[in-house]
Amino acid sequence: MMTVSTDRQWQGVAAENQDDVPQKVSLLLRERSRRLLGELLRPHRRAIARLVVVVLLSNVAGLSIPYLVALGIDTGIPALARGEGMGITLMIVGSILGAALAQALTRQAFLRISGRIGQDVLLELRRRVFTHFQRLSLSFHEKYTSGRVISRLTSDVEALAELLQAGFDGLVTAVLTLVGTAVMLLILDVHLGLVALAPLPLLFLATRWFRRQSALAYRRTRETVALVIVHFVESMTGIRAAQTFRREPRNQEIFEQLNEDYRAANARSMHLVAIFMPGIKLIGNVTIALVLVYGGWLAFRQEVTVGVLAAFLLYLRQFYEPMQEISQFYNTLQSAGAALEKLSGVLEEPPGVAEPEHPVPLPAARGAVTFAGVRFSYTPDIPILPELDLEIPAGQTVAVVGATGAGKTTVVKLISRFYDPVAGRVLLDGVDLRDLDEATLRRAVVMVTQENFLFSGTVADNIRFGRPDAPMADVVAAATAVGAHPFISGLPGGYEAEVGKRGGRMSAGQRQLVAFARAFLADPAVLILDEATSSLDVPSERLVQRALRTILAGRTAVIIAHRLSTVEIADRVLVMADGRVVEDGPPDRLIAASGRFAGLHTAWLESLSASG
Amino acid sequence: MSADDEPPSAPSASISLWRLRSYLRPYVGTLIVAWLAAILSIAASTVIPLVGREIIDGPVVRGDQGALLWLGALTLALGVVEAFLIFLRRWTQGFLVFGVETAIRNDLYAHLQRLPMSFHDEWQSGQLLSRATTDLSTIRRFFGFGALFLVMNILQLTTVTILLLRMHWPLGLLVAVSALPIVYVSIRFEHRYTVLSRQVQDEQGDLATIVEESALGIRTIKAFGRRGHVFGGYDEVAGKVYRTSMAKVRLGSRFFTFLEVIPNVTLALVLLLGAAAVAGGGLSLGTLVAFTTMVLQLAWPVAALGYILAMGQEAMTAADRVMEVLDTPPSIVGGPVVIERPRGHLRFEGVEFRFPGADRPVLRDVTLDVRPGETVAIVGATGSGKTTLTALVPRLADVTAGRVTIDGQDVRDLTLPALRSVVATAFEEPTLFSMSVRENVTLGHGQASEEEVRAALEVAQATFAYDLPWGLETRIGEQGMSLSGGQRQRLALARAVLGHPKILVLDDTLSALDVETEALVEEALRRVLADATGIVVAHRASTVLLADRVALLRDGTIAHVGTHHQLLNEVPEYRSLLAAEEVV
Repeated sequence: MMTVSTDRQWQGVAAENQDDVPQKVSLLLRERSRRLLGELLRPHRRAIARLVVVVLLSNVAGLSIPYLVALGIDTGIPALARGEGMGITLMIVGSILGAALAQALTRQAFLRISGRIGQDVLLELRRRVFTHFQRLSLSFHEKYTSGRVISRLTSDVEALAELLQAGFDGLVTAVLTLVGTAVMLLILDVHLGLVALAPLPLLFLATRWFRRQSALAYRRTRETVALVIVHFVESMTGIRAAQTFRREPRNQEIFEQLNEDYRAANARSMHLVAIFMPGIKLIGNVTIALVLVYGGWLAFRQEVTVGVLAAFLLYLRQFYEPMQEISQFYNTLQSAGAALEKLSGVLEEPPGVAEPEHPVPLPAARGAVTFAGVRFSYTPDIPILPELDLEIPAGQTVAVVGATGAGKTTVVKLISRFYDPVAGRVLLDGVDLRDLDEATLRRAVVMVTQENFLFSGTVADNIRFGRPDAPMADVVAAATAVGAHPFISGLPGGYEAEVGKRGGRMSAGQRQLVAFARAFLADPAVLILDEATSSLDVPSERLVQRALRTILAGRTAVIIAHRLSTVEIADRVLVMADGRVVEDGPPDRLIAASGRFAGLHTAWLESLSASG
Repeated sequence: MSADDEPPSAPSASISLWRLRSYLRPYVGTLIVAWLAAILSIAASTVIPLVGREIIDGPVVRGDQGALLWLGALTLALGVVEAFLIFLRRWTQGFLVFGVETAIRNDLYAHLQRLPMSFHDEWQSGQLLSRATTDLSTIRRFFGFGALFLVMNILQLTTVTILLLRMHWPLGLLVAVSALPIVYVSIRFEHRYTVLSRQVQDEQGDLATIVEESALGIRTIKAFGRRGHVFGGYDEVAGKVYRTSMAKVRLGSRFFTFLEVIPNVTLALVLLLGAAAVAGGGLSLGTLVAFTTMVLQLAWPVAALGYILAMGQEAMTAADRVMEVLDTPPSIVGGPVVIERPRGHLRFEGVEFRFPGADRPVLRDVTLDVRPGETVAIVGATGSGKTTLTALVPRLADVTAGRVTIDGQDVRDLTLPALRSVVATAFEEPTLFSMSVRENVTLGHGQASEEEVRAALEVAQATFAYDLPWGLETRIGEQGMSLSGGQRQRLALARAVLGHPKILVLDDTLSALDVETEALVEEALRRVLADATGIVVAHRASTVLLADRVALLRDGTIAHVGTHHQLLNEVPEYRSLLAAEEVV
């Protein structure tokens, strides 16, 4: 990593969980966040333009009210006193009502337009981030953990939602009020106006201090909440193990520590606000005192009217109130900024297995798999596959055996392109997998593993997962073929039975059968079974194997199994050790020879003979 | 816990929130300081315009220069005091609100850890998470600001209105009357807003659930290339959230605007009538200025009232959702008994188990006596209830009839820590946490020595852990994803055998191992099981041979018990379950 340039080093999610990043990097991150926000807002340019108009109108209307009040006091009252009637006063009051109405209408328009933009942006962001997570490689997910995926898509997105909903409103209103009020003050009376605006540099300094401090504080808040979320989700997902092994006290201890860190981070940012907000208030109150004294003196000398003084007091209140909103806005901005930083980082992560720019069409895959000089390693120093050349003709059933860690699973993961080789090529029907688009590849290659994830929904939904348009008859046929039909029909509701949270009410074996049915229904050219029968009892496994004979006819299959019983349906056996194929041939020939496979086979026979 | 003594009557939203008040108890002192500071700061800010009136009516109109400086100094002093009081309130609240939030979250977590598997099987962790984070923040915001400002604003509204009434009662009355439509609309708005808030919250929970599934099931999704399908489901719910949020935006935009327009209209009327009064000599100019300033001062509290009510509504629904979890009784709680020197005599007596609402029991009339040191294998077809049977021993689920005893004590009478230190289970699907290998293995035995850990890893043939990049300190990913299935199973097995449990439950723990490793593990397990009572769920003859006796489970009840060879010779069903697989 030392030689990599800074930019590359901090690409993607690298900056997460870093407490302080170099200045240059934090600029880079901010730039990235800004770019994302820009992209998200761009489609709404016209709505934003409308928003600007509405906001300007609303503020002009709002700002005119104290001015009209001053006018009323200075011209309306004297006219009344002189007995010239209510005319002027009524006109002014009418104007105030008009201004109030205009402000109300524009305000409502503003809330609607900004609300719509905010929700549109959120929806788009949700879609984008979700889609991107789904595209990222398994190795990314393994490192990133699902807890963080969840916190990106929930609390981070919601932080941004808050910015878009409340934050913008606050900021836009505050800035416009600030500028508008300043202008009005100077128009009303230059001297008094200058006195009223004298503390502006102080305001600026205070705001800058607050912005810097709260940036750090909020980053910390987001980090700590992410840790709370990760721990929470993980311990709830693994609650069974936690309870069985009396892990609860330790879990509680860890959780309370993380929770305490989160509390401390929150309290810190809250305390920053506790200093900043009253600070602003103090500046405001001092200014009001100054204006009262100086303005009073000017009024006494008849240099300003009482109406102007009244307007000043009204305006000053408007002037400092939004400053509070600005600091509120910084809160939301900071949390949204930190969230945006991470979300843009996720979006920047390159999908480990990139989609080809010019995909090669492969309408009907035959299923010939070739490994040409393939090298693979998860970490650079530890090669998993040093150099693999392998030719699997279409339609062949290959069993891969070998000790744990021999590289069997890596081979099949390369075929299903969960990873790309470090060097060399994996080909399907002579086409490099990297040249196939995902849809084509997934239609052609399907893998069943020992982890059988069931999604919430019905049993039928789960079997249809790979082919959602399959008619019920096909679903039942697939389930029947693997022997899952009897137990499914026994469920309350049969195929329409809800599987519950991650198939909680089914046994591991039942879930595996459903996963099998799912794979068979998908009807791929290449079917990969990675320890897929390990949870089945012997009769079920036998049933599955019998089904395999028919199902695998005319299909390429790669089967990893520890039970050599699976080997009987294989045309060919590969024995792997240390990432290399050490024996290769039809099973009976390997048994007849006296290599490793023969040894394994003898050991297996012995384990069976134990059963009598 | 907040209020265990509350009767379990139909929990209305506001009651849920009220019940959380006990969390404020440790902060009573802080609370008093914060509220006092708030009240005093409002008093200070109310007085400032009155001083302004004195300046206009005194020095300006009558030309009293000395008073001008004096009143100016008073304004300054009031301003400084107000700022300090605001500081005091916010500073103390920083401790208070986050302290309360943290305490509730800790309790929620503790409660969730106590709730049985039956609860966790039903509840997605995404739903639980949104309660522990989003909902608690909502409650915190209300406790911290909402409740305070609700009272402050009402207080400010009343005092200012009273002041105005005293300054000039017709104008004061006008201001007071103008508050009526606001109150009326607020109450109506409140109800509709609640419904929408709850809906958004629920939909966001659903969205979180989909996110969770999509992250945990990523391998399956990728294996079938079903991104589009999963996205479709996600997008549908995201669209729902969008539409409900938009409805909320529309409702809010009408209401908030209404709240802002009323004070301005009032101001116009005050000016109209006030001008007439000043001209008629019934009102001083300074009073009119003070009046208008104070009417504008009311604008914010009135407008904020709407936000606060909305916040209160959200807090109530959030509290409801939190209490929903906290009110779920932990149906599996320990008894008082600790077995001092457990022998490990395990008995199932007429055990029945059925899922709530299911018509057929999963287990019925299971009676089995496992003597200390004996190992019994449980054999049965897929779905015959084997895993459920094993879950009853460490009380991951409770029998619905009959009982399970250890050394003659009903497991329900034992304390949970005592029970679960006597019983250790290795599941077929090993759950590994994202922490070091060592922590994963010593899950229940934080104090385990280096030798004990090594011994456990050796029994489970999991010494590969020493060869990981950082040895036992290597962090393994969530669910141990970076390890193979077999490796994970072996670590989970090491976890179970660590600390020599008296009763060892192995639920098809060796299924993902290759034959050679399995043989080695079995060899080592034989030694462990020699001085432990064992329940071994088995699919393979080789595993069955670890046991002294075999119980054949059929349709949720024990059909036969005997030695492996007896059953093999006498029971055809058993033969078909375990007989030699068709040899090549």
